Amino acid sequence: MTPDAAHLLALDPVGLGGVALRAPFGPARDAWLAALRTMLPDAAPWRRIPPDLPDNRLLGGLDLTATLSLGKPVAEHGVLAAVDQGVLLVAMAERMAPSTAARITAAMDQQDITVEREGLRLTAPTRFALVLLDEGIEPEERPPAALLERLAFRLTPETAPEPIDLSEARALLPRVTMPMEMLEALVAAAAALGVASPRATLFAIRAARAAAAIAGRRVVADDDAALAATLVLAPRATRNPAAEQDESPPPPPPPEDNPDTDETPPPPSPDQLQELLLAAAAANLPAHLLDEAQLKALSSRAGGGRAGAARQHAQTGRPMGARAGEPRGNNRLAVLDTLRAAAPWQALRKRPPHARIAIRREDFRIRQFKRRNETTSIFAVDASGSSALHRLAEAKGAVELLLADCYVRRDRVALVAFRGQAAEVLLPPTHALARAKRSLAALPGGGPTPLASGLDAALELARAEERAGRAALVVIMTDGRANIARDGTPGAARAQQDAMEAARALRLAGVSAILLDTAPRPQPAARALADAAGAVYLPMPAADAQRMSRAVGAAVQRLEAA
Amino acid sequence: MDGMLAAQKESRTATRKPVFPFTAIVGQEELKLALLLCAVDPMIGGVLALGDRGTGKSTAVRALAQLLPDMHVVLGDPYNAEPTPSTPPEQIAVARVPVVDLPLGASEDRVVGALDLERALTRGEKAFEPGLLARAHRGFLYIDEVNLLEDHLVDLLLDVAASGENVVEREGISLRHPARFVLVGSGNPEEGELRPQLLDRFGLAVDVRTPDDLPTRIAVVKRRDSYERDPHAFLRRHHKAEERQRAALLKARALLPRVKVPDAVLEDASRLCMALGTDGLRGELTLLRTARALAALDGKRVVSRDQLRRIALPSLRHRLRRNPLDDASSSSRVERALAETLPG
Repeated sequence: MTPDAAHLLALDPVGLGGVALRAPFGPARDAWLAALRTMLPDAAPWRRIPPDLPDNRLLGGLDLTATLSLGKPVAEHGVLAAVDQGVLLVAMAERMAPSTAARITAAMDQQDITVEREGLRLTAPTRFALVLLDEGIEPEERPPAALLERLAFRLTPETAPEPIDLSEARALLPRVTMPMEMLEALVAAAAALGVASPRATLFAIRAARAAAAIAGRRVVADDDAALAATLVLAPRATRNPAAEQDESPPPPPPPEDNPDTDETPPPPSPDQLQELLLAAAAANLPAHLLDEAQLKALSSRAGGGRAGAARQHAQTGRPMGARAGEPRGNNRLAVLDTLRAAAPWQALRKRPPHARIAIRREDFRIRQFKRRNETTSIFAVDASGSSALHRLAEAKGAVELLLADCYVRRDRVALVAFRGQAAEVLLPPTHALARAKRSLAALPGGGPTPLASGLDAALELARAEERAGRAALVVIMTDGRANIARDGTPGAARAQQDAMEAARALRLAGVSAILLDTAPRPQPAARALADAAGAVYLPMPAADAQRMSRAVGAAVQRLEAA
Repeated sequence: MDGMLAAQKESRTATRKPVFPFTAIVGQEELKLALLLCAVDPMIGGVLALGDRGTGKSTAVRALAQLLPDMHVVLGDPYNAEPTPSTPPEQIAVARVPVVDLPLGASEDRVVGALDLERALTRGEKAFEPGLLARAHRGFLYIDEVNLLEDHLVDLLLDVAASGENVVEREGISLRHPARFVLVGSGNPEEGELRPQLLDRFGLAVDVRTPDDLPTRIAVVKRRDSYERDPHAFLRRHHKAEERQRAALLKARALLPRVKVPDAVLEDASRLCMALGTDGLRGELTLLRTARALAALDGKRVVSRDQLRRIALPSLRHRLRRNPLDDASSSSRVERALAETLPG
């Protein structure tokens, strides 16, 4: 039997950190989790938390209700302390609040938690495996990268692993050793796959040891290391080693196809071993790696985990008065307002003997904050032949100047280019200017104009930004002359029709837009497009980069003032 | 209360996994040196480590704190106060040098401290609940992903780190308490940049990269794996090296006040800063302070050009005026200026 990640994790839960299960809610996921749970020691805690658990529930703290009714500090243990020696599951992990993720990473690194507040000091060991239930669909909906980094496995459960008895393996595990050349081969395989973090290699080593223990071996065998490469290294690959060599043979068959034979071949050299590991990993490479073009987009999305309406409970920013509410979690109590709310009732309320004032839950007022709206400027740049040849350089110059403005304002920028058959998101929304500049410099020109696809791509980005609580501004740079329809077929009439439709979709979505007409002479087509999109139309007959930049800068300011 | 604290502290040391030893860290020489220099002279102003994930940044900080000798504190004092000659002996406790992590979502009241709500509400007392800055006093404040921290918090931290004092004026509370700590920030510049105004307030800046040669990577993994297999045995193997490093550090601290900077080195520092066009005098001041700490670490009483050259890169690379769109590496600019102004 080839062990599954569930077997390895059940055997060494703390050492392997855990697993990110990317799958929607459903029977496959439940069956996988049930198998994992069956194989864990009987007493192991198993706790499930929502993605935005407040600190006092996560770490522990003062139980405010009990404290108020008893009149002395009452401590409340947090989930992280309760889950020691067990498994912590986070539901909808792709929507995890960054602060929750930061608490969990700190607990995983230190293996204990300390809560210090006046009159209370809780210290508790917490060694647990983390299971992130990632229900994200869009590629950018991912759990926080800092957490993924600390988990050995990431997978989509398909078949339920068969539960096995791990008691013998558990006894054997501390004595399993790994030959040095195998360790070296694993490091080399990680390097070849473009896996930078040493953590990944360490997880692979632990996974290989666990696999050996399950097979009853004291020394890690090649099959164990190959399994570890498949399960741990391959999903993190940022490079397809097979694609590096031009005329490489198709990836060798996955390890399942290698029959388990008892005849042991002579020990392979580290080089051979590395090849074996890479071949095993090839079976489980992320699908997009097989396409080099998409690779760039992936690595630039490293941030992750910011999706969702995290901004709603803004706890920082400019104060905006107070409202009634519980001072739980990240809400901050407005002391004066609370006292003010309690004041009229003092004569009526029975006061605890030692207290000077009687405060009840209904008096609590919490602070509200207003956060400056972040803006994302999405540039949709027409890089086609008609537009490109003489205007692309100026469009690039304008974008660069705007980038410098965005840098000062700490806004985000994104870049969509359309030319040839389709639009491409060259730069997902980012603060990183150097990267923006690189992707801009690499933008080639020429080819027909798939205007509709460009507008669609910009709209999709704008929607994603608004979902994340940021204002979006779409800056379209085109001469308005489309000649490729949405489905990639040529033909000016269809293309123009599709473009108008895409423009109307922008207006319907309520996205603010600016259209910079980059043609040498103002084009009626561009004007009509701007009207359909509800966009500000700026003909730029003698536009230079400075003027474009000023026009867009003014629009951003209007957007932020709104 | 005191007995309880002591008991809790014992249980804490018992459960905590031993810290990876500083001297066992493979590579990352620049980061290790920067941290050591700040430990010799905390006034250098902290370290900013920019680079990839999983390169041992937080390991290095925790390891260094472990390396430092335990400090005497007033028992139960929330600010890690140093005992004075008048402190009764039974009030003196021994504590580890604190390393405080600043979580990304931290709010201002958690950082600077705030009115103790529970006491205000349940007992009607106006009491101050110290924040993370109080806990970091005489130790290290580590901020992972400092580039993602909100600007006003970074401002505040840098102010406190520079002045050594936390001034609280909020919710009817007015107090100040000492908060001298070494600020260590880390982050991945690909995920967002730090404003230039904040960059140059860090004393030193180091680039942390995943080693790209195979032998080093193998050595990193081997060391770490053998540590994870048996931390206590690993610690015993590195005990001697740790003791040596600790002794060198203490010697350097004792030597530091007596280290002299000759005028020629002062001139070298100014020439270097002028060649690079750094704003203000912070560059020169950091260069001198850091060179002095390095001389002390080398066991020298006089700073030489060699020490200046060795610390020029981390002291200056984040102080260059730059076009935000220009990705020419600032490290190479410092190196070039170094070769031109201080030919060795």
